[in-house]
Amino acid sequence: MITTDLEGIVEDAAAHLYVWALKDIPQDLRDALADAAERETSVPGRRVLSTILRNVQIADDQKNLVCQDTGIAVYTCRVGEHFPLHPARIYSALKAGTERATVEHPLRSNAVHTITRENTGPNTGYRLPIVHWEFVPEWDGLDVKCIPKGSGSENMSFLKMCIPADGVKGIKQFVLESIVGAGGKPCPPGIVGVGIGGSADYAMYLAKEAIARPVGTKNPDPHVAKLEEELYELLNETGIGPMGLGGDVTVLQCHIEHADTHMTLNPVAVNYQCWAARRATAHVGPEGEVEYDREF
Amino acid sequence: MSSDVKRLTFPTTEEEIRKLRAGDEVVVDGHIIGIRDRTHIRIFDQGVEPPMDLSGAFLLHTAPGVRKVGPGKYEKVCIGTTTSARMVRFTDGLGAQYGVRAICGKGGLPDEAIEPMRKHGMVYFAIVGGAAALETTQIEEIEEVAWEELMPECLWRFRVKDFGPLIVGIDSHGNSVFHDVQERAKQKLEEIYARL
Repeated sequence: MITTDLEGIVEDAAAHLYVWALKDIPQDLRDALADAAERETSVPGRRVLSTILRNVQIADDQKNLVCQDTGIAVYTCRVGEHFPLHPARIYSALKAGTERATVEHPLRSNAVHTITRENTGPNTGYRLPIVHWEFVPEWDGLDVKCIPKGSGSENMSFLKMCIPADGVKGIKQFVLESIVGAGGKPCPPGIVGVGIGGSADYAMYLAKEAIARPVGTKNPDPHVAKLEEELYELLNETGIGPMGLGGDVTVLQCHIEHADTHMTLNPVAVNYQCWAARRATAHVGPEGEVEYDREF
Repeated sequence: MSSDVKRLTFPTTEEEIRKLRAGDEVVVDGHIIGIRDRTHIRIFDQGVEPPMDLSGAFLLHTAPGVRKVGPGKYEKVCIGTTTSARMVRFTDGLGAQYGVRAICGKGGLPDEAIEPMRKHGMVYFAIVGGAAALETTQIEEIEEVAWEELMPECLWRFRVKDFGPLIVGIDSHGNSVFHDVQERAKQKLEEIYARL
């Protein structure tokens, strides 16, 4: 049975996740940034990374946002088939939670009409927030991940419809040229998300799924995991470095998500996630019990 | 990059700007002006004169997070810096018409900024993008805001102390760190492609 209470609980969780994601970056990311600061040898690169670590500390101490860009609100939801709130109501709750967090904190509101460029409200609007859905059979829970996605890195998104004859080499070349072309603009060192296979739209969807994974997690398919590792090494040979000022650490990690595709297709999508890779998760049980920081 | 950190107070003069070299680290005090896409579009594409003096100015690419505390009065919440490359086409006009001395943002300016900066005596300062919690502590006060209807892409005047670290990304002598990094990366890509 659907209860308004459960909708309120999901709304509260969304409001909490949005602000929390903006202020307190995940431990896996903190570890990756600290490791990058250890490895980097260039003078400007070391200066950038020490400033990043100092900034994360100040955000903790002052309970301020890590980055001023409160992003475009993106959520990933895993909905169990027996979770007693319909996805239509889950969507309303996520939207209401996003608005409430924006007004109450207050957070900068970034949402505009795509033609008029007029602000459409508290980080919501037509088809905003954006939600990725996954439905899970024989389960009664809901997992929510909030990804406030910064525009500096989102602007560095690229799609190429490689052909089968381009092979894996074509995939590698496209990812490399995309990240070199992006230079310092997406706030490196960050997470390179790559979506391969499927269709044009689905490859980009998968690239976004890839940036939302905890830093350093591996794709379970060994062919894809091998490509993740190879691309990570190659991307760090380019010398773009922290904030594009030159150095050893260009990316913290390369994550790849894949889908099977048509025999004539070989789509490659790149979605960049900045060093401030904001991400926060919650699990909601069927009785409305909420558990934060449960990764999926 | 020099190990000495240089200190500059804004507004400043062409003479001071000409002393800076690509790769120098700089910290800034004084007054800086916040500006963004829509602000530039209003000035240059719609031909509206900016209601603040930009001569000798330091422009920061920002759309700050603020809290309104009275008519025309705002308190900082979280102030950080946006990607500069989107605003590169305004570089020449800012130098030639308004005497701007420094543009600060993140991610660099493309090569088309090198010649106007050399000609007019301007620099590009690269800040650490995303480090807004730190940047907010270096902004002492929001002293003035113009064009509030463009919120948050207004014209802002901030008083700052110890603003940085900033790296001179493009100097007024034709040098660009970003150009050099790109050239080296493109050569590296040729090497990588050969062994794929």
